[in-house]
Order: sequence, then C-alpha cells, then structure tokens
Amino acid sequence: MPDAPSGMVTLTIDGHEVAVPKGTTLLEAAKRVGKDVPHYCWHPGLSAPAQCRMCLVEVEGAPKPQPACVTTVMEGQVVKTESPQALSNREGVLEFYLVNHPLDCPICDMSGECLLQDYVHAEGRKHGRSHEPKRVFGRDDFGGDVLFYGDRCVMCTRCVRFMSEVERDDRLTVVERGNRSVIDTFFDEGLEGTHFHGNIVDICPVGALVSKEFLHKARAWDLSHEPSVCASCSQGCNVELHVRDNLVQRVKPRENIEVNAWWMCDYGRHDYEWMNEGDRIEAPLVRDAGGATRALGWKEALHALLERAGGVSNRSVRAVASARASNEDLGALAELVGALGGGETVFRSRRAADEIVLKGFPKLARRRDLAPNLQGAELLGMQRVGSDDATGGLEGVRDHDGIVVVLGDALDDQDASFGGKAGLFVYLGAHAGAAARSAHFVLPVTTHAEQEGTFTNHEGRVQRFWPALRAPGMARPAWLVLGALVAELTDGSVSRSASAAFARLSDAVFAFAGMSYDSLGSRGAVARVPAGASSGSSGAGA
Amino acid sequence: MAYPYVSDREARVISKHFGDPMQRRVDTYVERGGYGALKKAFAVAPAEVIDVVKASGLRGRGGAGFPTGVKWSFMPKEPTRPHYLICNADESEPGTFKDRELMRWDPHQLIEGCLISAYAIRAKHVYIYCRGEFFETNQVLARAVEDAYAKGYVGMDILCSGNDIDVTVHQGAGAYICGEETGLMNSLEGRRGLPRLKPPFPAAVGAFGMPSTINNVETLSAVPHILSNGGEWYRQWGSEKSPGTKLFCVSGHVRRPGNYELPLGFPLSELIDDVCGGMREGRTLKAVIPGGSSVPIIDAAEARACKLDYEGCAAVGTMLGCASVIVMDDSADIVKQVRRMVDFYAHESCGQCTPCREGSAWTAQILRRIEDGHGTEEDLDTLMEITQQMVGTTICVLSDSVAAPVQSAIKKFRGDFLARMQQPAGVA
Repeated sequence: MPDAPSGMVTLTIDGHEVAVPKGTTLLEAAKRVGKDVPHYCWHPGLSAPAQCRMCLVEVEGAPKPQPACVTTVMEGQVVKTESPQALSNREGVLEFYLVNHPLDCPICDMSGECLLQDYVHAEGRKHGRSHEPKRVFGRDDFGGDVLFYGDRCVMCTRCVRFMSEVERDDRLTVVERGNRSVIDTFFDEGLEGTHFHGNIVDICPVGALVSKEFLHKARAWDLSHEPSVCASCSQGCNVELHVRDNLVQRVKPRENIEVNAWWMCDYGRHDYEWMNEGDRIEAPLVRDAGGATRALGWKEALHALLERAGGVSNRSVRAVASARASNEDLGALAELVGALGGGETVFRSRRAADEIVLKGFPKLARRRDLAPNLQGAELLGMQRVGSDDATGGLEGVRDHDGIVVVLGDALDDQDASFGGKAGLFVYLGAHAGAAARSAHFVLPVTTHAEQEGTFTNHEGRVQRFWPALRAPGMARPAWLVLGALVAELTDGSVSRSASAAFARLSDAVFAFAGMSYDSLGSRGAVARVPAGASSGSSGAGA
Repeated sequence: MAYPYVSDREARVISKHFGDPMQRRVDTYVERGGYGALKKAFAVAPAEVIDVVKASGLRGRGGAGFPTGVKWSFMPKEPTRPHYLICNADESEPGTFKDRELMRWDPHQLIEGCLISAYAIRAKHVYIYCRGEFFETNQVLARAVEDAYAKGYVGMDILCSGNDIDVTVHQGAGAYICGEETGLMNSLEGRRGLPRLKPPFPAAVGAFGMPSTINNVETLSAVPHILSNGGEWYRQWGSEKSPGTKLFCVSGHVRRPGNYELPLGFPLSELIDDVCGGMREGRTLKAVIPGGSSVPIIDAAEARACKLDYEGCAAVGTMLGCASVIVMDDSADIVKQVRRMVDFYAHESCGQCTPCREGSAWTAQILRRIEDGHGTEEDLDTLMEITQQMVGTTICVLSDSVAAPVQSAIKKFRGDFLARMQQPAGVA
C-alpha cells in the first residue's frame, strides 16, 4: 500500500481500501466507496445529533456499533456497513419506526421519495410484529406553507435544527419526551413570517412535513426532475423543476455549495406558476397595413421582417431587453442591434426594498434584484432604466422613429401608442401585452423553463439551465430567432444550439472568454466581471 | 437502635450520623471534626489528593463503579479554562434512597467532599444538581451551603488558604434522564435534558463546554473520610477490587427495609436474613434486584450465592449498580413488576434515539398485554429480540436498562409469564 499523503487516513470499508482526509466521518468516507449508509438525522448542512441510530456500523475492535455520521476515520480502521450486525441493527431500528408510523403511503405526499419507505423496502422485515394500537398525534398547521403530520414523524429533528442553525429563528422544538415526543411550534407563533421554511419540507425524510401548496397535487413517481436555475432574483439558486403533464408542479433546491448549498427561499420556491401560464403567443404574427395581424410560418415571417427592415430610412435601433432573458438571448439581441445599424439597448428590472439573508448560510439571500440575469445584461453593455418597480424609463424608445426591438419586456406600463412611430417595431415575447399592439412583428419566444441557456448571477457566476417544459406552438428560443436574423443580415452562420450560441458569446464578450457549456457543467463558473462594474444586482452594499 | 433500623454488622462511615438532626448544623459538624479533611487537603497539592483517593480504591457509587481517582486524573492538569465539579444528586433510580439520606442528615459531609474534590480537579465552582422532587433535601442542602458560606468554608479564600470555591445547589425539574451525566449537564445549562454524544467526554467538554467531572453524592461523601484517614484505612473494608463501605438501600419484602452501610463484598443472603431480619412471616425468597431497577433480576438460588460487590454481582450475571436491593418474596407478581419498571423507563426515555423511544414504549405495551392475559408465547420471543436491539445501540444506557429486567425476568421466570397466557390478571 502506498503511503497516504499527510493529513490523509487510510481505512477499509466493506473490503475497499480508501484514503480520506483526517476528520472525515465514516458516513462520508463510505460514500467514497459507493456505500450510502442509511440515515435520517444526519444532513450535510446541519449538525449531527446521531440520534436516529440508523447509520450504526460495525467497526472492528469497537465494543458497540458506531454511528457513522459522527464517528471520524482512524488509520487502519476496518468498517463494515453491511455485516450481519449492521444489517440486524438497521432492521431493528426500522421495525421500531414502524411501531407507530402509519402505513398511509397511498395518501402520503412523500410516498415514492420517502426514506422510510426506501429503507424498509430494502432492508426491513417482511412482516411487522407489532400488534399494539398506534400512537396518534394528528395534524398541525405550522403556518406558512407547512403542514405537520405528527404520526409520520421519525423524530430526526432536522426541521428543528434547520430553523435553529440555518434560518436562525427558533420556531420549532421538540415537546414532551419518550415516544410522546412531537415537533411543535411555540404557542400561537408558527412559521409565518420566516422566509426559508420551505426547506424543512425538503429535508424531512418522511411525509411528516408537507407543503400545503403541493398537498395531494402529484405523486412523486409521476414527476420528472429537470435541473434549472431559479429566475426569481439575482442569487441564481440551483433548482429542480418538478414537472408533470408539461406543468411545473413544484420547485426544489438543487445542491450547489457555491451558491445556495441545499437551500432556497420561499419566494423563489413558490414563484413558478408563471411558467405554466397559457395565453401564450404561439405563432409569429405580422401586422398588415390595416392593423390586423396574420400568423405566418417562421421563414415567411423573418423574410417579411428583413424586407421591412430594408425599407426603414432611420436605421438607428432602440432595443428594450429583459434581465429575465438568458445570456444567449441577450447576446443575440446585441448582435442584431449591431447588424441592423447600431443603437442602444436598455432594460428594466424590479428591485425589492431589502435583501433577505439566510443567516446560517449568508452567501444565500433573496437579493434585491428580482431577475436572474441582471449581471449578464450589464456585461453586455445594456443600460438599466426605469424605477424599482420596473416601470418608466422608456421615453427614448416609445416615440423612436427608427427600429424598435423589444425582447421579453411585457411593457405593462406602456399604452398602445408605444412604438407607434417606429419604422420597424419587433416584439419578441411569451405573452402579447397591450403595448405590443403597434408592433409590426410579434414573435413568440420561449421562457427559460422551455429552453437551454445560462444566467449570470449577482456575483458573476454563469450557470446553465435546461429545458423542463415543451414550448407552446411555434415559440422558439430568442437566441435562435435573433440569430437567424443576424445570419441573414450579415451572411454569417447561424447557431444551431444554445451551446453554439454561448460559444459565440464567449468569443465576443471578454467577461465570458474561455467559457463553454462543458466547462460550466452543472455548477457554473464565475465570469470576469470588470472591477467596478456597477452590478446593480449586488444589492448587498446598497 | 436508632435511625429507622441499624445493624451491628454495619460499618458506618458516611452514615454514622443518620438520624441525628444536630449533624446538619455547621457548628456541630465542625465540633465533630468536620472540615478537618478540607484543611488537610488544602495543605497538599491537588495531585496528592488524587493519589490518596486513587490509593483508597474508591469507585463511583452512582452505578458504573468507575475508579474515582482515575476519573479525576482525566481532567487537564493546568487549567486554561474554568473547570467544574458537578455532584450528581439527581437520585432517581427506582429502589434507591441513599443520596437523599446523605444529603438530609449530613449535608456538610457532602459539601466538604465537594470542596476537596473541586480542589483536586482545580475547579472553582461546584454544582450540586439535586433531584427536583427532593423538596426537603433541597432546603436542607441550601441551608447548609448558606451556613458554610457564612462560616467561610465555601466561597472566597476558604480557611485563609487562598482557594476560592463556590457551591451552587441546583434543583432539577423531575426527569430521570437528568441523572445521566450529560443529560444532567444539558439540564444544568437550561436545555432539554438530552444525554450528549460521547466523545467528547465531560473531562474534555462538560458543563458549559468546560472540562467537568461529575461524581455521585455517596462517592463525594466518602472523600473527607478517606482524606482524614488515608487510602489504606479505607481498604480495611471490602475486597482488593471493590474496597470500602457502601450504602445498601434495601426495599421490598423484608422485615426491616432501610439503608445499611456495609463493607463491599457482604453476602446478599446475610443482608436479607441477618441485617434486614429475614423475609416476611411465612414467605420465601423469590427474586432480588440487587442494584436498582435497571440491573438484571436474579432468582433465589443466585441470590444465595451473590456477594455484594462489583465482581460478586457480575459473577451471578447482574450488577451492583447503586446497590439498591429490591427483595421479592413468593407473593410477588414478576410480570407486573417488570411491566411496572418498563413503564417507568418508557415514560422517562428522553426520546432522542429510536430504539429507546419506540422500543421502550413498545416493550411496555406488550408486557401490559401479557399482564392482562392476552399474550402469546410468541410475544416472549419478540420481547427478547426487540430488547436485544435496544442494547448498546443508543447514546446513553437508558435503553439497556429496559432490556436488563425484561430479558433476565423472561429467562429466569418464564413460567410466571407463561402462566399469564391463559388467564387474565387477578384470576388465580
């Protein structure tokens, strides 16, 4: 055996030799050899009370089985996670859980992703031996979005520890003792008013804590889990969109220790209904001289657009972008503005009064800027205009007599005369608002939930997201639509994939230089944000 | 005869003044030589105090029997942070009533023991964690501490020796689990009384996160006598491995139940027949629990062979524990007794560890069903198996305390259980 580097400890787990840093727990060391030791109370983001007793493993020489979650590795240790003793321990503990756990899996929201279900199925007894009546606690409304099913609780106390250690607001506790122990709130104060309590539903290993919003909405096994990035603020929490029937049913955080660890805020968690909205523009619309619109195929529509563009006398462009559009979309818009004759691009974005910081993991906050790609827009030289509620600021655009391009801004505060004087008014969006009434071309584009792309978060981290929903009708990603126009105008090539669109961007924009979809992977990388960049999104200092 | 019952077989060292209310007064205590050992201790280095206690072979009287001097020597030699001595006066083991008597009859003996021990481990503060239900004891103790402060035996510059040691009496709130040393520390700190994971052990991270030593009332009460008379003197009683005297709390079906201070290694049969005056009229011995309700029960034959020290009890498959001898004659209903004990533990389980939280309550349910005449023989196998899952799988040993009486009773008195299968309780 080669000497392990200093600070490393070599031990044997289930016959596999493994070298891990000193201080690693047996549970984490076992992961290195592909063994997931069953556990309930341990969570990587919380303290370890070692009280569920599921992770007891056999350590040669130790008089008693050791809890893998808190026992640290020792040189030459021989650990058995699947010895008869370890298996018998787990079988015993699982049987104890089932003495009082109701078998209401058919109506339990957690069913299908429940750790008790999984472990019992894998390692539990085939038949229970308890003939005694079960203890009954009933349900409790914990306030906020959380409903508590006391009977299902396995008393791992993850929720209590999350509120106390991560949210740092002790709203939950264990009351009583023995098997009368139950999680409870304090008097009439529930979780109301806390901003991260949705996480306790995620970390509950069973169906004791469930989301009211998701209650009885979908079965776990019917949901596909699509990796994405939360678009509700500039933090850029890594999330999964859980989808059934082409509708997002719920949002769950996806682990990324650099951004959001295992957590996300309740604001982002519940901000997904807009992705499911119908009432979408489903085909390219072209307005004729009489003001009526006509649906066309993409090819015809783009040809008509280019034809009209050719006839515009004032070729200066005024574009309105959106901080909710991807880097690729914004990059293609910037290229189009250049190809048409140049001009300036502005965007508007909502800004909240305060940041909401997760005290136990202060890297994560609901940022003031309520859009995911503010930093990306600014890196592309787009100017933020308007007020904190994303209104106003478009005086220079609304009566512009050259070319007006709007991408993703619904222009809700503008009236129908917006762009009425433009030689060419192109509106790219998901929904047709009142202000698009004068647009000569209304082009349907996808939301971030329907396309692949990247956002640049408040600290300049470029993060990929993936399509979770099928786009409606003929809607296409904006980078594809805009890229096709650019290709026609410049006789260049067109990007056929989001990856190629990003490659084009990284060639053109210094901040993204050297980055590719491969190098970003699922965790992202930090762009070269120029020092002193205004980065309005880093509301931290504001 | 004095104090409810005494016997000439006794070797009364720490219980000498039981029954004498004058002993509670600090003046009387000092007149009778009290606080002399403290002066003696202050005259030597702390390490020497530890050596004397090591030489005496004194073992922890709370149940585990760990050598006291060795325990003290685990404390850091040069304090960089405050050290604490904690006196575990949360006497709650069913069948035990020795600490209460030590505190209410001879509180200064305990205070002196605490001061000497605190000096030995370089602690400047002693917490006496007294069981919540002991109202009178708490009052006596609080009064004694007040008197000792007034007379300069506790506080700043004790006896002009330059040593500062404070004593705080903390009244518990009535949870059995707070007698577990780390559960006690959590409770002392104002948290839920949940036993802590070990390691870290209290000598490294104890009360308030500081190095702490925790000793039983009886252990600390013996310390002044050992300091006064020397380690060898204490070894005149007991055996090589279990030296000294021990208070035996005898309860149950004997004629003269009570507290008896006897040399360790005293035969159990003589304790019952001679010291306690034998069984009740016309009754025969059926079973004995020699160390408090959490140790295995032994039958009459084993009891006759049992010598009351740590090794002698282990030889018959039980433990000396805190020497709370519960004697049962042939009228005792073993099933009911065991169920009663398990009910207690199920009620007192803190609820952290799954095997204890669920297992103790489940065991109690099954026993209740058997007691009510609705059990089956299969239940006995289930009981043996589930209690086995509760041994050595939890943070503290409360769960083991459920297993011990259940497993031993089923092994030794299976007939009593089987007899219950056919008929409901009360139908003989």
